[in-house]
Amino acid sequence: MYSEKVMEHFSSPRNVGQISDPDGVGQVGNPVCGDIMRLSIKVEDGKIVDVKFMTFGCGAAIATSSMITEMVKGRTLDEALQISNRAVADALDGLPPAKMHCSNLAADALHKAIQDYYERSGKSADAENRRTTAG
Amino acid sequence: MDYAATTPVAPEVLEAMAPYMTEHFGNPSSIHSFGREAKQTLEKARETIATLLEARPEEIVFTSGGSESSNLAIKGCAEAYSRKGRHIITTSVEHHASLDAVKHLSKNGFEATYLPVDRDGLVDLNALKNALRDDTILVSVIHANNEVGTIQPVKEIVEIAHEKGALVHVDSVQVVGSLPVSVRDLDIDLMSMSAHKFYGPKGMGGLYVKRGVRILPLIHGGPHEKKLRAGTQNVAGAVGMAKALELAVERMGDEVPRLTGLRDKMIEEITSRIDHVRLNGHRIKRLPNNVNVSVEYVEGEAMLLNLDLKGIAVSSGSACSSGSLEPSHVLMAMGIPYEIAHGSLRFTLGRSTTEADVEYVVSSLADIVAKLREMSPLYPSGPCKCKD
Ligand SMILES: Cc1ncc(COP(=O)(O)O)c(C=O)c1O
Ligand code: FES
Repeated sequence: MYSEKVMEHFSSPRNVGQISDPDGVGQVGNPVCGDIMRLSIKVEDGKIVDVKFMTFGCGAAIATSSMITEMVKGRTLDEALQISNRAVADALDGLPPAKMHCSNLAADALHKAIQDYYERSGKSADAENRRTTAG
Repeated sequence: MDYAATTPVAPEVLEAMAPYMTEHFGNPSSIHSFGREAKQTLEKARETIATLLEARPEEIVFTSGGSESSNLAIKGCAEAYSRKGRHIITTSVEHHASLDAVKHLSKNGFEATYLPVDRDGLVDLNALKNALRDDTILVSVIHANNEVGTIQPVKEIVEIAHEKGALVHVDSVQVVGSLPVSVRDLDIDLMSMSAHKFYGPKGMGGLYVKRGVRILPLIHGGPHEKKLRAGTQNVAGAVGMAKALELAVERMGDEVPRLTGLRDKMIEEITSRIDHVRLNGHRIKRLPNNVNVSVEYVEGEAMLLNLDLKGIAVSSGSACSSGSLEPSHVLMAMGIPYEIAHGSLRFTLGRSTTEADVEYVVSSLADIVAKLREMSPLYPSGPCKCKD
């Protein structure tokens, strides 16, 4: 039921773990099935230079977590905030319809981590406005 | 490791069936000699099955499998006795075939009571006593649960129900062919079975209907199966089912202790080698081939997929693997917390399972759990507990 790309990310996930002194951390729970993802980021000059994830969830949740870490590394915060749930799913060659909600976890955790970064660093940004809502 | 889902057709069964699909293809309803021969073959299969279950041949109705048998038993009985009463009792841990049949009836003028179960999945006999009413026509229970393997005290249930004049249907799909069953000893009124669970063909099953118990058909048409199920019978299927049951019963003496030994070894190994694991279902009153565990801090579908990558097929009660995104209703009814149901896995052993297989599965599972816990934000000894 999963694409090859999902299975590939699922079986060898990238960037697993926890950054020891993160600049931002976002943790979200999936309201649909109760799964949890935590993403931590390291930011330099407005760019995400490192990112790590920890996920308690299904195959799709783990694959989307892994995928999003690849997608945001090296991106500016603004670019990262543009990444939608849909984009993550598309990058994985799609997810089964019943599993689309799993990709919310990844994008929401990312947005929360960036928001956390702004809060910690005292920089105000329009992150709040751009935050997509969980589906 | 998923033999409760289905089993392969045994070679002897295939061999027994083959001639009835090619040379001996007669229709058992035809009057000519080819038809008579087919009829004889069909009746011989019925007799074999009846004898093995201590039933009478005329008490066995051939069906397309477990789901049809349970539907025929529940709806057919409800309809036949609707003038006597409209109350049905079942349990909260039924297979969906029975559960949905009862739900259907409860939307169509019947009233249903769902008995609770304890932590091990055993039905509460006191709740049964209290639920029985003068207008209760049927009590329908799953003999052994397909997810957690718990075996119900059928004999006691039957005694209690009969005392109040209610009939009993038992969904024995996971039991027939796995453990000895005597319908006479259990004194049940209706019993469902399915051939593909005991190395017989898929799409073939049977319903035991005790003499004197009335049911109405779901499928109307010809006079087949004593007017309880219209349609030209599956002669090859019936032959296969009879042969499969014969083999299963013949081997039970060796197979039950062998599987029980493997099962217990597997439970012991999993619970000793992996921390934060618990067994679901009753420790002793369980199917000889069923191991169902919950592994904390990891999700079932993720374990299932990893096991699949290692060539191990299992099933999970996790919400994420259910399609409906609801965790298993059986685990929920047993009062197992949502997070723990989330990490549940069912392993079911079969004829070809060896001790080496059990070893391989346990060590693969241990590796997978370690890997997944390393990425689990919930695992307590994980790298850090962050804010939020
Ligand atoms: C307890 C139980 N009842 C009924 C069924 C349905 O049987 P069948 O697949 O033959 O329709 C199954 C099989 O999944 C089962 O395990
Ligand atoms: S995260 Fe639970 S179904 Fe995907």
